[in-house]
Amino acid sequence: MKKKYKLDEIDCANCALKLENAIKEMDGVSNVKVNYMMQKMTLEADDASFDAVEKSVIALCKRMEPDMDVSAV
Amino acid sequence: MFPEFKDKLTKKQQKWLFRIILGATGFVALGILEHAGAFDEDRWWLGLIAALIPYLIVGYDVIRKSVRNISHGDVFDENFLMMIATFGAFGIGEYREAVAVMLLYQIGELFQNYATGKSRDSISQLMELAPKTVVVERGAETEEVDPDEVETGEIIVVRPGERIPLDGEVIEGESMIDTSALTGESVPRAARVGDAVISGCVNGKGLLKIRTTKCYEDSTVAKILELVENATDKKTRVENFVTRFARVYTPIVTIGALILAIIPPLVLSGGSEVWISWIRRACIFLVVSCPCALVISVPLGFFGGIGAASRIGVLVKGSNYLEVLSYVKTIVFDKTGTLTKGEFRVSSILPAEGFAPTDRPDASTAKPEEALLEIAAYAEHYSTHPVAEAVRDAYGQSADLSRIGSTEEIPGHGICAVIDGRQVLAGNAKLMRKYGISFQENLQGGTVVYVACDGTFAGTIVISDTMKDGVPAAIRDLKAAGVKQTVMLTGDSEAAAQAIAKEAGVDQVRSQLLPADKVEIVEKLLKEQDGRDALAFVGDGINDAPVLMRSDVGIAMGAIGSDAAIEAADIVLMDDDVRKIAWTVRIARKTMRIIHTNIIFAIVVKILILILSVFGIANMWMAIFGDVGVLILCILNAMRLMGRQE
Repeated sequence: MKKKYKLDEIDCANCALKLENAIKEMDGVSNVKVNYMMQKMTLEADDASFDAVEKSVIALCKRMEPDMDVSAV
Repeated sequence: MFPEFKDKLTKKQQKWLFRIILGATGFVALGILEHAGAFDEDRWWLGLIAALIPYLIVGYDVIRKSVRNISHGDVFDENFLMMIATFGAFGIGEYREAVAVMLLYQIGELFQNYATGKSRDSISQLMELAPKTVVVERGAETEEVDPDEVETGEIIVVRPGERIPLDGEVIEGESMIDTSALTGESVPRAARVGDAVISGCVNGKGLLKIRTTKCYEDSTVAKILELVENATDKKTRVENFVTRFARVYTPIVTIGALILAIIPPLVLSGGSEVWISWIRRACIFLVVSCPCALVISVPLGFFGGIGAASRIGVLVKGSNYLEVLSYVKTIVFDKTGTLTKGEFRVSSILPAEGFAPTDRPDASTAKPEEALLEIAAYAEHYSTHPVAEAVRDAYGQSADLSRIGSTEEIPGHGICAVIDGRQVLAGNAKLMRKYGISFQENLQGGTVVYVACDGTFAGTIVISDTMKDGVPAAIRDLKAAGVKQTVMLTGDSEAAAQAIAKEAGVDQVRSQLLPADKVEIVEKLLKEQDGRDALAFVGDGINDAPVLMRSDVGIAMGAIGSDAAIEAADIVLMDDDVRKIAWTVRIARKTMRIIHTNIIFAIVVKILILILSVFGIANMWMAIFGDVGVLILCILNAMRLMGRQE
C-alpha cells in the first residue's frame, strides 16, 4: 500500500536526499519518495507489514531530522 | 527593518533573520575592536570571547544539531562539518573567519529556505484552484460542505466570482466562465444550461446551478493538482547524476580534509606554524564539502520549469518529461486535431470549361461557381456524409425541395439525383467512371467531389480539412527552438496530405495510414534517433493512446476535460493552441540549461577552491564563497524560471 505524509521543516535538499536513501534501505520498504520541494513523502510497503514499517520509518525520520514533523495526509 | 520583506517571512524565518542581524552586529563590533587593538597578545582570550558571542548567537542550532547527529554516527552531516571547520578556525586563531563562516552559512540556509518556500508558493497558487468549500442543494436546503463530500449527481450552487469546485453540467443559470487558470486562455467561455463545465474555472457574473458529473477525486482540478504535486517525484537523468555525485563528494572531501590536516605536518615535521597552515587548508575543505548548491538546483529548476509551463496552460506530468523534451529533435503530428481542426470545408470550386448554368430565370446572372455549388448542394441534400455537409454549408441557402426529383446514394461512389428534371451526378472518380463521364481528374489534394450534369462533366468541388490558425508560424517556431524534423501522419490521400503539409511547412508526410500503422512509423522513427535525441508525438488524445505511450514524450492537445488524454500523455496542452508546443520546448531547454549551468558552475568552483587550498593559495573567504556564494547564485539562477515567460 501507498501512503503520503507531510514533512514540516525538512532542513535542506541534501538532507531530504539522505533521508530518502536511508529509508529506501530499510527492511519492508518497497519504495519511498521524499519530495523536498513539496515537503512530502510517499511511502510504499506491503499491506501486511505496513504498520510496522511505518512506525520504524517515522522513528528514523525523528532520529535523522529531529526538527521535522511527520504527519499522515 | 524592511517591513514589506518581513511580512513575507514565516515566524521561524523572522527569528532566524533576527539572529543573523544580531550576529552580524557582533561581527562588525569584533572587527572594530580588533582593529583598535583591543585584544593584544596578553588579552587574546578577550578576543575569543568577543568572537564566541556572535558565533553562538548565529550558530547555536548548528552545534546542537551536529552534536545530535554525530551521536547517530552521521559524520558527514553538514552541520557537523560546519562546526568542525569553524572550531578549526578558532583553534588556529582566525576568530573573525570562524564567525564569518557561521554567519554566512546561516544566511545561505535562510535564503535557501526562503527561496524554496517561495517557489512552493508559486505552485500553491495552482492549489488555490481547488475551493475549500462548496454549497450543495440537499432537499429544500443548501449546505456548505467540503468538495470531497459531494456525490456525483448532486446539485451545487456556484455564486458569481467563485471557483467551480467539481466537474458537472449546468442545469440553471447562465454565465461567462474564466478558464485561464487551466488553459492560460484569457477569453471567457459561455456557460448555459446543458453545457459541461469543469472544475478550477472561475464563474463570471451569473449564478450557476450545476449537476455534478464527477466526484471531487475524479474532477479535473483534483487530477491536475495531483499531477503537478507529484511531477517532481519522477527521477531525471540529471538528478541521478547529482545524487550519485553528492553521495561520494562529501565523504571524499571530508577524508581529504583529515589527511590534509595530519599527514603533511607529520611528514614535514614542522612546528606549530606548519600545523596551523595545514589545518587552515583542511578547514577550507570542510567549508566547501556540502553539495547543497548542486542538490537544490535540480528540484528548484524543475519546479520552476513545470510552474512556467503550467502558467501557459501546459501540464507537464513529470520532471523527466521536461528533461526529455529538451532533447527532442523530431516531432510527429497526428494531423487531425493537431494541425487541422477536423472540420471539412469547401476550399475551391472549379467549374468545367464550357459548363453553362441551368436554364433557370436567374441563370444568366449566376456565376458558374455558384451554379455548380448549387446543383451539388441540391444533389447532396439528403446525404449525411461529412462531405455533403460541407457542400451544403458552403451553399448556405435553404433548398427548394420541389426542385429535387429523386436522389439515390451509391455507397463508396456518391449521389445520383434528378434536380430540375436533369440527371446530376456528384461523387468521386469511381462514380464518374461508372457512368462513363469523361472528366478531368483533380490532383491538387483534398477530398474531391466531381459533378456531372446530364452526362457531361460540370466541374469539381474540392473539400479540405481546415488548418488551425497559426500552424505555419508554430512549425517555424519549433524549428527555431531546435527541432530538426517535423513529420505529419494522416489517413488522408497522398495528394491531400501533401497539400496540408506544404501549407503547414512540415518536412515529412506519411499518408493513407491506418491507426495501427502509426505506431509502426513512430517506432521506426524512434530507432532513427541518435544518442540522446528524442521523439515527441503530438495527438489529440483520441484513438492515439498507444502512440502517445510509445513515443519518448507524448503530447496531447485540447485535452481539457478528457481524462483519457490526460492519462495517456506525458505533457498535456489544456487547449489546442499548437504554438504552445514550441513554447514548452523553449521552457524545457531553458530549464535544462539553467540546471546544467548550476551543476557545472558549482562543481568547478568547489573543485577549484579545493585545488587552490591544497597549495595554500585559497583562504577562508574564498571557501565561504564556494559554499554560500555558490548556493545563493545557483538559487537565484534557478529562480529565473519562475518569472513570466514571453
